[in-house]
Amino acid sequence: MSDVTPKYKGSVLRPLKALANLWREPATLPMEPRPAAPNYRGFHLNDWKLCIGCGTCQEICDNAAIRMVQIPDLPTDAKAGVKPRRPAIDYGRCCWCALCVDICPTGSLSLSREYIHVSSDIDSYFILPDEKGIHGLGFEKGWSKSETSDLLDHQRQEMECLPAEEALSGFGELVPGYDTQAAVLEASRCIQCGMCHEACPTGMNAPEYIRALWQGDREKAVAEIYRTNPLAQVCGRICTHACETACSVGRRGAPVAIRWLKRHAMDSVPPDQIREIAIAGKAEEPSGRRVSIIGAGPAGLTAAFDLAKKGHAVTIYEARSKPGGMMRFGIPEYRLPYHNLDADIDVIRASGVEILCNTAIGRDVSMAQIRGASDAVLISTGLWAARSARVPGTDHPRVLSAIRVLEAITQGEDFGVPRRAVVVGGGNVAFDVARSVARLQKARYGEVAMDVIALEDRDHMLADEEEVREAAGEGIDLFNSWGPKSIQINDGSIVALETVRCISLKDAEGRFHPKYDESTMVSHAADTVIEAIGQSADTSYLGKELVEALEWSRGRLKIDRAGRTSEPWLWAAGDMVEGPDVVHAIAAGHRAAASIDEVLAHMAVKPGNVA
Amino acid sequence: MRPENYKPVRHPPSHEYELYFGPNHPGIEGNYAIRVRLKGDVVQEAITDAGYLHRGFEKIMEERLWVQNVALVPRICVPDPVPMEESYARAVETLGGIEVPERAQWIRVLMLEMSRICAHLFTFGGNAATIGLYTNMFWGVTMRDLFLDIFEEITGARIYHMYITPGGVRRDLPDGVLDRLAAVLDELERKKPEFDDLFFENAVVINRATGVGVLTQAQALAWGVTGPNLRACGLAHDVRRDDPYLVYPALKFDIPTATSGCSLARMHVRRAEVEQSVRILRQVMERLRTVGGPVRAHLPNPLAWNVPAGEAYARTESSKGELAFFAVSNGGPKPWRIQVRGPSQMHGVQVLERILEGARIEDVAQIMFSLDACPPEIDR
Repeated sequence: MSDVTPKYKGSVLRPLKALANLWREPATLPMEPRPAAPNYRGFHLNDWKLCIGCGTCQEICDNAAIRMVQIPDLPTDAKAGVKPRRPAIDYGRCCWCALCVDICPTGSLSLSREYIHVSSDIDSYFILPDEKGIHGLGFEKGWSKSETSDLLDHQRQEMECLPAEEALSGFGELVPGYDTQAAVLEASRCIQCGMCHEACPTGMNAPEYIRALWQGDREKAVAEIYRTNPLAQVCGRICTHACETACSVGRRGAPVAIRWLKRHAMDSVPPDQIREIAIAGKAEEPSGRRVSIIGAGPAGLTAAFDLAKKGHAVTIYEARSKPGGMMRFGIPEYRLPYHNLDADIDVIRASGVEILCNTAIGRDVSMAQIRGASDAVLISTGLWAARSARVPGTDHPRVLSAIRVLEAITQGEDFGVPRRAVVVGGGNVAFDVARSVARLQKARYGEVAMDVIALEDRDHMLADEEEVREAAGEGIDLFNSWGPKSIQINDGSIVALETVRCISLKDAEGRFHPKYDESTMVSHAADTVIEAIGQSADTSYLGKELVEALEWSRGRLKIDRAGRTSEPWLWAAGDMVEGPDVVHAIAAGHRAAASIDEVLAHMAVKPGNVA
Repeated sequence: MRPENYKPVRHPPSHEYELYFGPNHPGIEGNYAIRVRLKGDVVQEAITDAGYLHRGFEKIMEERLWVQNVALVPRICVPDPVPMEESYARAVETLGGIEVPERAQWIRVLMLEMSRICAHLFTFGGNAATIGLYTNMFWGVTMRDLFLDIFEEITGARIYHMYITPGGVRRDLPDGVLDRLAAVLDELERKKPEFDDLFFENAVVINRATGVGVLTQAQALAWGVTGPNLRACGLAHDVRRDDPYLVYPALKFDIPTATSGCSLARMHVRRAEVEQSVRILRQVMERLRTVGGPVRAHLPNPLAWNVPAGEAYARTESSKGELAFFAVSNGGPKPWRIQVRGPSQMHGVQVLERILEGARIEDVAQIMFSLDACPPEIDR
């Protein structure tokens, strides 16, 4: 503590001190504008090449000074998460806090070192900033994106994964899903830009359900999910998540785990409640119309659910013993447990859909019978015919197709677990089959002996990165840029697969046309070769007459945008007409259902149909 | 030609009348006014008239995200904005249980003390102007500008820094800024004798300000006076010492006091505080050359940041006195209630009204300025 009470130190000579100032430099300041500090928060700059139009700057702006403006000539790309919008700034409201810069997911926004704007024209205070700044003078960047000032949460909540050793010991689900705390934290990373909504084939209301999860309202999240997706338990696990590819947060960090959040919502609401939420809004009166659907895969189930909710009587004919199609017989259990698939199908059944299993068209019921009993028919029978590389030796009985092997595993059939196997193919199916068989090898022989050979190089793999990584952890060896040459058979048994180096995949026009360097060969010892190089549709069940009546294009059924074929009563959806995955099939199911519903609304009710 | 019914106005006897001081009176810092009832030139009664700056800060804050308020709080006190940012950030940090990285704490103290010097320099100038000494005002503002250059370099803005944010500060110090700040401090110390000559040891000032606007310690305590105004009454109360925050416990500094409680004493306490702030700044600068690490804690996405429910009171010693933010969260992304405890509310309204009684009209502006009230704090 110090006492500072003043003492008067006056003197009559004191004022004379001012005379000393006569010899001083004048204290005038220059009139030229002074250059601002390197960090200065002046007028906005926006790099249009980086900007994706997400509008997060508008969200964070505390003075509502930013408005996203549609720019007609800009490129737009929903899959990549780019919208043709750019922020416009109202300098009557802006306070130069630079929160917009700090939250910008791409780093396109910055503030410049320019700070003077004088005008009596009110319109000159509304600007659409570009790289050159308010007056086009190209001032340097001032306050711009930095690691420390970045406001976004770039780190994804960790998802645990079974260790490889444990994963190999059976078909238990690999990932356990988020707990509530992790889900809320992960949901909080979302900036609600809606890029995911645009990128999703079904137009999922992901921002809405993420927001609901963050608010702790899981029921609302489930309701938002069911608005566009009746197979959410499935998609929450195995969706190819185009949403996450488009996610703005992923521009500089890890995208929001939208798929795991969907899964969390579905896992955390009891089945009874999900059923109640899902079928809320179902038409109270039956419409009196009947729709038959052939194939209980994702497209067929989705269309059935939509149509049943509209009050139509829907019957699905399924040739296999259980519904689900590829979701059950193609996707291994460790990625999609059967009880989760069953839960989704139970909800669809609860909406009033009748599913007749073990009912193959042409064997148990004829196409003509179905047509006669229905007002509309949807076929969604998928791709179940396997393609073969057709190199010498592929006609050997131990050359199996991936889809048959996966089906046999689901059915519990013994297909003869190979001691040493080679999988040909580099897509997700190749890894599904390799990893499934590896589990059986581990159980039966105690060790994994599995090679995967892919035409593509490591950087252009068709399979998901996590599949490739997890497979490597499970002891599966991947050989990139190799193609099958021939199968070595000795004494009627396969001994090896000969492969040659693949030097290019596509021809000058970009068509698939692999070229090989025949001089570089590698032999993979194996007793079984599994081909996972694609599948095709088998439409023989339609009958010769119908096949001839329908229009085809390049071997595929010709359909309009909604999935309607050239026959006015017949629609087609799913993998058989367009791929490539579950979520696209769901989207196609919705489109077909909407089209069928519209057509049925204008159709007279058949007398016998009224319930 | 006067109309027939014209009656000349009869003026009341002029020994008692009312004067309206402000709101744009040159002797008044910022926009608030005093209605003064005078008898001759002696004040009988003073009633403050605040509200010209009312923008509803506290209410607006309820409508904004926790992080968005960082851009709003410095506006509550223009001459001394950093304590606002600090108090707000600390209130939010207390609610969220956020630990501020050490380097950020040192940077925050650097900012706070720079802001204190700026505010005091501003007040010296203003106070001198109320006595008719305008040179002092120009010099004070010029000196302050050198500090604003440093603020600009660190934060990107000269006045509304918006730099201290919940979790730390928005970015690290630019290279070489500490050297430039050291040069500014040297310049300040070099100028000090001239300021003393011009103001603190000026016979005009001493004669005009001594014994004017006296506040006794008992009055000060009863009326909730804090800061330099309280210390000028002889009580060494300082939040930095009595309820320490950030890294103040690690710093050596004195708490200057005076005993007379008059206008001049208040200004002298501020002068001594500038010296102490320079002392603190030199220690902080030395530490900042060695303390590394992050300057901001990892926080959730501000658009969806639910600050845990609860109440927090964070107080800071501003240049005006004890400045505190009381924040209430109901666990949502926006504050449920923010209350600003600005010291100027007491100094500028309650205290001023009382100590003006009996003062002479020529001292009204001076007394008002010596209390160093910041009107937006009243109108928050």
